[in-house]
Amino acid sequence: MKVFVSLDAGAIAVGAERAAKAIAAEAQKRNLEIELVRNGARGMFWLEPLVEVATPAGRIGYGPVASKDVASLFDAGFLEGRPHPLCVGLVEDIPFFKRQTRLVFARCGLADPFSLDDYRSLGGLRGLERAIALGPEEIVAEVKRSGLRGRGGAGFPTGIKWETAARAAGTKKYIVCNADEGDSGTFADRVLMEGDPFTLIEGMAIAGIGVGATQGYIYIRSEYPHAMRSMTKAIEIARGAGLLGPQVAGSKYSFDIEVRVGAGAYICGEETSMLESIEGKRGQVRAKPPLPVLSGLFGKPTVINNLLSLASVLFILSEGAQAYADFGWGKSRGTMPIQLAGNVKQGGIFECAFGITLGELVYEVGGGTSNGRPVRAVQAGGPLGAYFPPALFDTPYDYEAFAAREGLIGHGGIVVFDDTVDLARMARFAMEFCAHESCGKCTPCRIGSTRGVETIDRILAGRDIEKNVALVRDLCETLKFGSLCALGGLVPYPVLSALKYFPGDFGMAVRPAAAAVREVT
Amino acid sequence: MSFTNGSAPRRVAFDEALARKIIDAELGREGPLLPILHALQQEFGCVPSEAEPLIATMLNVTRAEVHGVVSFYHDFRRAPAGRHVLQLCRAEACQSMGAEGSSRRLLEKLGLDWGGTTSDGNITVEPVYCLGLCATAPSAMVDGEPRGRMNAAQLDALVAELAAEGKR
Repeated sequence: MKVFVSLDAGAIAVGAERAAKAIAAEAQKRNLEIELVRNGARGMFWLEPLVEVATPAGRIGYGPVASKDVASLFDAGFLEGRPHPLCVGLVEDIPFFKRQTRLVFARCGLADPFSLDDYRSLGGLRGLERAIALGPEEIVAEVKRSGLRGRGGAGFPTGIKWETAARAAGTKKYIVCNADEGDSGTFADRVLMEGDPFTLIEGMAIAGIGVGATQGYIYIRSEYPHAMRSMTKAIEIARGAGLLGPQVAGSKYSFDIEVRVGAGAYICGEETSMLESIEGKRGQVRAKPPLPVLSGLFGKPTVINNLLSLASVLFILSEGAQAYADFGWGKSRGTMPIQLAGNVKQGGIFECAFGITLGELVYEVGGGTSNGRPVRAVQAGGPLGAYFPPALFDTPYDYEAFAAREGLIGHGGIVVFDDTVDLARMARFAMEFCAHESCGKCTPCRIGSTRGVETIDRILAGRDIEKNVALVRDLCETLKFGSLCALGGLVPYPVLSALKYFPGDFGMAVRPAAAAVREVT
Repeated sequence: MSFTNGSAPRRVAFDEALARKIIDAELGREGPLLPILHALQQEFGCVPSEAEPLIATMLNVTRAEVHGVVSFYHDFRRAPAGRHVLQLCRAEACQSMGAEGSSRRLLEKLGLDWGGTTSDGNITVEPVYCLGLCATAPSAMVDGEPRGRMNAAQLDALVAELAAEGKR
């Protein structure tokens, strides 16, 4: 009898470890033979700790399970999938799950993340095998044809980046996986590293073969100790099985991976700053050019890809570029693991093709706020993303559609706020965060963010509101166009969107709602 | 604060021979400085200032360069923290669930500012900007262990638990 309890840090945070222990103890007490599998997360965190039981009809779930519920689960016969007040039925029939198109997260949550046999039986390694058969040029061509764009936020075409690196002259080349997932409201990288680490290893190996790189680094933030341990363990297993090393999966290609742990600097998620950090320097942004693909880590050609971009490559290689491009629309092809977070009833990872609207995500998928209060705003795309009011919830999830409304999808996070949120305070926080995390290299970001906090403080105190708001707008202009990287360059998004859609929070005259909406559409 | 091997750092007095050994173990890597600093902090509970000239000599860089790196990253401490490190998330997703209020209340109760340690040396409370537990906010990390749905009552219970342990 197989029982599944997640080992994901998000599940452990709400008691999965205690639930697993209680189940093992109760089974022993009752002399019942069970196989307790610690799987990755299914991504439905409102149900965690989620306990699943394999039945002939499929996996039946119970959640959220506290250790005190365990005895009653056994009494009810949960091992046979019998009813219980916590029963959520067939896990894959839960609307949140059923509505998804899971390409990147296809395997996550299904099995023990460290079993290579399970990985292979669930379709793993097919991408790598086809990649080896195709060879470098065809790998790059396939990724180019798929239309995959960088999932870290900038949305740069991955295939073009690979092609440039492949053509660059250099004795040694690197693949760097950006797993410095610092944006609030995002956790897809973490969940994948903990729940399906071989997917990332396979994606990086494909990238390595494609561009002719022999060494990979995964830069993981120190706030993710579980992900760091999971990747380290998985890399050792992969190396032991010959998937990494001088002959990747028995081929003529050599590739290996090392995990690097950050040290609490948000800015190290910026690609050039990450390179400095891996080199053992202060995480200060580099001026471009030279582009990292030509002169990156230790001056060598380097592809820096977001974890989700690398994980998307598997499907592209195993099923073909066209199969991937058939998902999504316009210039946003494929799927995006969207992360619903904050004050939302059903928070978690929802992977789907581009094109779903923000409103569908917040209300239909997320179920509105967790406390039942009205939604007042969402912040999409992390701390540097815009605040959107419900009037903009018709925005389709698409790189260009968000950009057209002065927002961004970033790394796919959506943080929901109820009607008690004060957007002037959130705007101040955006500036405060920028000041806290600025690397200090360029003046607009280093000084401008602190001046931004001070100016918004004067607005909050009710002093010369109109004049200070004008000053904030002017400052945002300077930050947007004068900063060296996206930290200073994008912090105007949350600030200006808060000012535009929620002027009342700043003590300014509120225009009729209709006028505000007309202006943005 | 980092917990690179999942356990709270040890807190031992600076020992040059030991530091040398720790640094030496990382020298085979490309760009070994961050791994060195993490390993030293794991052993000593902080990056002791005595270690800086040692690292500089062994990596053939200036002490200023080493100091520049140590001081750049929020994780590296100049002195060991309290027995327990409680990190409370201050980022947006946690704010949407009331984290600012509950954190402020806890700090007031303990008589601390962010980064402060209780007078008995038991608990250090630090801010953290996202733990990736945003669907079960507000989030916290205590000695490297994640905690979700940490509302004010849960926080109080956790601190009481840590205080009781401290007295043992």
